[in-house]
Amino acid sequence: MVGEGIIKGLAETARNFFGSYVRKERLTTVQYPEERLPQIEAARNFPFLLYDGADSDAGLRCVSCLICEKECPPKCIFIEKSQDKKPDAVGKPQFYPTVFNIDVSVCMSCQICVEVCPFDAIKMDVEYNYPTEDRFAALLFDKHQLAKSNDYYHQIHPTEAAAVDAALTAEREAAAAKAAAAAAAAVAKAAAAPPSAATPSSAPGNGAAPAADKSATAAPEPEPVGGEKR
Amino acid sequence: MSTTYAPSAESLNTDTVLPEQYLEVSMGPQHPSTHGVFRMNVVLDGEQVVKLKPVFGYLHRNHEKIAESESYLGNMPYTDRLDYICSITNNWAYAIAVEKLGGIEVPERAEYIRVITGELTRLQNHACLLGFLLQDMGASGTPLMYAFRERETILDLFESLTGARMMCNYLRFGGCRVDLPAGWLDNAKAFLAEFPRFLDEFERLLVGNEILMERSQNVGVLSRELAINSAISGPMARASGLNYDIRKVDGYSIYNRFSFRIPLGSHGDVYDRYMIRFLEMRESVKILEQAMREIPAGPIQNPAIKARLFRPKPGEAYGRIESPKGELGFYLISDGSGIPYRYRVRPPSLINLTVLEDLCLGHNVADVVAILGSVDIVMGEVDR
Repeated sequence: MVGEGIIKGLAETARNFFGSYVRKERLTTVQYPEERLPQIEAARNFPFLLYDGADSDAGLRCVSCLICEKECPPKCIFIEKSQDKKPDAVGKPQFYPTVFNIDVSVCMSCQICVEVCPFDAIKMDVEYNYPTEDRFAALLFDKHQLAKSNDYYHQIHPTEAAAVDAALTAEREAAAAKAAAAAAAAVAKAAAAPPSAATPSSAPGNGAAPAADKSATAAPEPEPVGGEKR
Repeated sequence: MSTTYAPSAESLNTDTVLPEQYLEVSMGPQHPSTHGVFRMNVVLDGEQVVKLKPVFGYLHRNHEKIAESESYLGNMPYTDRLDYICSITNNWAYAIAVEKLGGIEVPERAEYIRVITGELTRLQNHACLLGFLLQDMGASGTPLMYAFRERETILDLFESLTGARMMCNYLRFGGCRVDLPAGWLDNAKAFLAEFPRFLDEFERLLVGNEILMERSQNVGVLSRELAINSAISGPMARASGLNYDIRKVDGYSIYNRFSFRIPLGSHGDVYDRYMIRFLEMRESVKILEQAMREIPAGPIQNPAIKARLFRPKPGEAYGRIESPKGELGFYLISDGSGIPYRYRVRPPSLINLTVLEDLCLGHNVADVVAILGSVDIVMGEVDR
């Protein structure tokens, strides 16, 4: 019968139309500004810089290694490296970015910068609401606009942030353990040296000092690990 | 320069001045039926097409040249922007080319994830295409809305896995970027259980529709010979009865482990090209069911490969996959440095578009729109 296909199709449309009153999955429209979909955890939009602690300047994890600037495919990151070093979150002196700008009008949200960063200093934000009348200056984010706290990171990407924090803690503990082991070895050496060889007392001191220096540069943990103290 | 873009006799390469009864129409580049910035210079005799010249390049953005100044890793997000509807298959083809170049092994789990995401990409591409095609033919709004409702579910899956709906940037040479998050596979399985119902519904909606048949049957017939001679690939070639699917003939990745069939058309008209997408989606659902059942645990990235500072040995490689639109290939030449010496894309939409004039001659202007819709072009890939 001619027209049968059309009637079948219209029946389908009718089923969808009336079904939208009873079945939630047939009614998919979200009235955007008033109601919003829940944020998907893995979502990414633009990068931000992570800092530890409360001070966004002092706690910035970025050590200005320039890897992200080099790897960024559209080249939207601009970094100026500092001349001097500042202690980072764990007290180790590091370079820091005097200028860190991201041009989000160029950024294509590919997160390559996040992948290549060896310090977990740059992560992807989920904020998408950046309307502005100024095309240029307002979309060039500087260091202070980009800096977000670790708590914020935990809030937007809880799983990922927990994994990153665990890895960082493990790394720091391993470094601390290594430093402690080196220090213990230095102590043992210093302790072992006098009885084995009845040499003048200057020899163990000479042996221990360089080892202690080495451990201090390898892991600058706040607790002193030098052999002399014990 | 101006003569090139003005609708004039020269732009159509006509040797003689057009006869008086002919009318020249420039369809596009802002025509809603042209799927982006594509233009057709059509010469009409009344309603009938006597000559058609496709004009593209409005979206040209130097993709290949940019790639020759970016690192191998840095090119991955750019490949998303080729065929912006199915970014993961673009990633996949590029990853395969680089893996061939560098002799990189891919872990088992990563291959399964690639198949799953790749076939989901095929589902959403075909759903999109059916919606667009029906919209072009005048079924305004409703089918497109239904198709996009399903597509949105797939894009949500992509977003929860890769972080982006469309520009996924997900695959890496030697594996994938992140592992499937907890619960993702269950969500995907739940979606897959629902999906055949959508296919049934969508088929009931329009497949038997007399107006659609009238509009699409025996329109834009592509013969098997012409398909072979013009290097047509993908669903368009299979609608013409050409049994050629790279998943079968090349057996790349792990496709030889799954049982699925290659649907073939017999007439090669718009209706066949429309139907072949339904059948392919049903086969994709089969592949997905098998892959989701069999996916093993394990690493997702070859640990020997560091994406940054990747420097393959000098040499060349051509990696190709069956993308939802046809054969998508990447040809790379390495000179041993960290950036490709030569980078070339073989885009399926562009090559499938080359037969447009042959398909359209003798048909009405309104059929041109349907034929173009059935070719399945994405301008990001055509112009690069």
